[in-house]
Amino acid sequence: MPTVAFTHTLQRHIQAPPQRVEAETVAAALRSVFDTNPGLRGYILEDDGSVRKHIAVWVAGLPLRDRDTLSDPVGPDDEVYVMQALSGG
Amino acid sequence: MSDTLHIATRKGLFTYTRNGSGWAHTRTAFLGDPVVNVVTDPRDGTMVAALKHGHFGPKMHRSTDAGRTWHEIATPEYPPIPEGQEPYLNPMSNKPIPWKLVMVWVLAIDPKHKGGLWAGTLPGGLFHSKDHGETWELNRPLWDRPERAKWFGGGYDEAGIHSVLTDPDRPDYVAVGISCGGMWVSHDHGATWARKTAGMIANYMPPDQQEDGDIQDPHILTACRSDPDTIWTQHHAGIFVTRNAGERWDQVHEAGPSTFGFACAVHPQDADTAWFVPAMSDEKRVPVDGKVVVTRTRDGGKSFDVLTDGLPQDNAHDLVFRHALALGGDGNTLAMGSTTGSVWTSADQGDSWQHLSAHLPPVYAVRFG
Repeated sequence: MPTVAFTHTLQRHIQAPPQRVEAETVAAALRSVFDTNPGLRGYILEDDGSVRKHIAVWVAGLPLRDRDTLSDPVGPDDEVYVMQALSGG
Repeated sequence: MSDTLHIATRKGLFTYTRNGSGWAHTRTAFLGDPVVNVVTDPRDGTMVAALKHGHFGPKMHRSTDAGRTWHEIATPEYPPIPEGQEPYLNPMSNKPIPWKLVMVWVLAIDPKHKGGLWAGTLPGGLFHSKDHGETWELNRPLWDRPERAKWFGGGYDEAGIHSVLTDPDRPDYVAVGISCGGMWVSHDHGATWARKTAGMIANYMPPDQQEDGDIQDPHILTACRSDPDTIWTQHHAGIFVTRNAGERWDQVHEAGPSTFGFACAVHPQDADTAWFVPAMSDEKRVPVDGKVVVTRTRDGGKSFDVLTDGLPQDNAHDLVFRHALALGGDGNTLAMGSTTGSVWTSADQGDSWQHLSAHLPPVYAVRFG
């Protein structure tokens, strides 16, 4: 099961502990997290579901390619890591 | 509503309370986070603050204990674009205008509903809440106007609603100001809208478009509380006033050192008395000659006093944003904050000013309440 983890800087605003989820894409992985923590979605995604401009998502050590629909695949041992970009501060 | 001052800044919300003849800092909230604006509901004291995190986007918070504690509430959310509908293109960038919240720019109390709120946003949507911000709904009649395709950003990439005017005696009346999209008025609580820009001139546009109502850039709309059809605007092209809720705007051609600026305040009982904070020009958004001044008319714009007592008159480059000049409900107490973190107050309608702080973060909005 892939893991989804969030930057510690987010924890000041909303609790977001790492989670193991059943998912084959980044979209599904995040959706699974948001199902249990609905308030988190708006911190990571825009209204239309795309990744916020100043949020960076890494999938197994590589930057997310599809920032609009998050269709990048995730493997069972992969980590999806959500962090703040260094822009936007 | 003149003894508590909330200062929304790029790095937090700072509250001061009048203490005898001076002001004392009493609270700081959201330290480190951008607070765009704040509103206090005079009916029950509930406060709502609009934040815009650099990374995590716009967020809304509410306080029911005068700002001592806050908790996050719902953020206005744009609905998905209906299937088969294409988003309008930004006239400047020619890129689609996204149906997603960029920023809540202004909050206003809706007198029709207990707990009612209006939120003006970028990219140009007006949202309404009936429940102190627990839920929000996009006002589709305004958002769906075909004229929106001509709106464009003023100060930001996308157009935005920065002013929402209401009238407790006419709960169904609401007017909005848009940069850049003119003024729109509804007499049925947002079910239908009409543009009210006749007389506004946009001297920044090509000559054949200067009277186009859809591209007017009123930086702020401010109405007189006892005469709400008298509205003043500090427009990108100067100062204008209407006596009939926008049916006709008249331009004020002289107002001290400059008619360019962003902020405007109007006396609650005297519609002829209004204040402005001039900057040099569109191209140079700093005070004229390094002197921070406030201009005040008491005769409906025929003449202006240039108020300087207590304001820096040498090498000062403070700019006062559109929401950063406020007049208290007493009609005498003024406050303004600048992009360089200076805040001044006046207890005598601007005749003299006292420096509250020189070291706050850049000021986005000042609000009594």
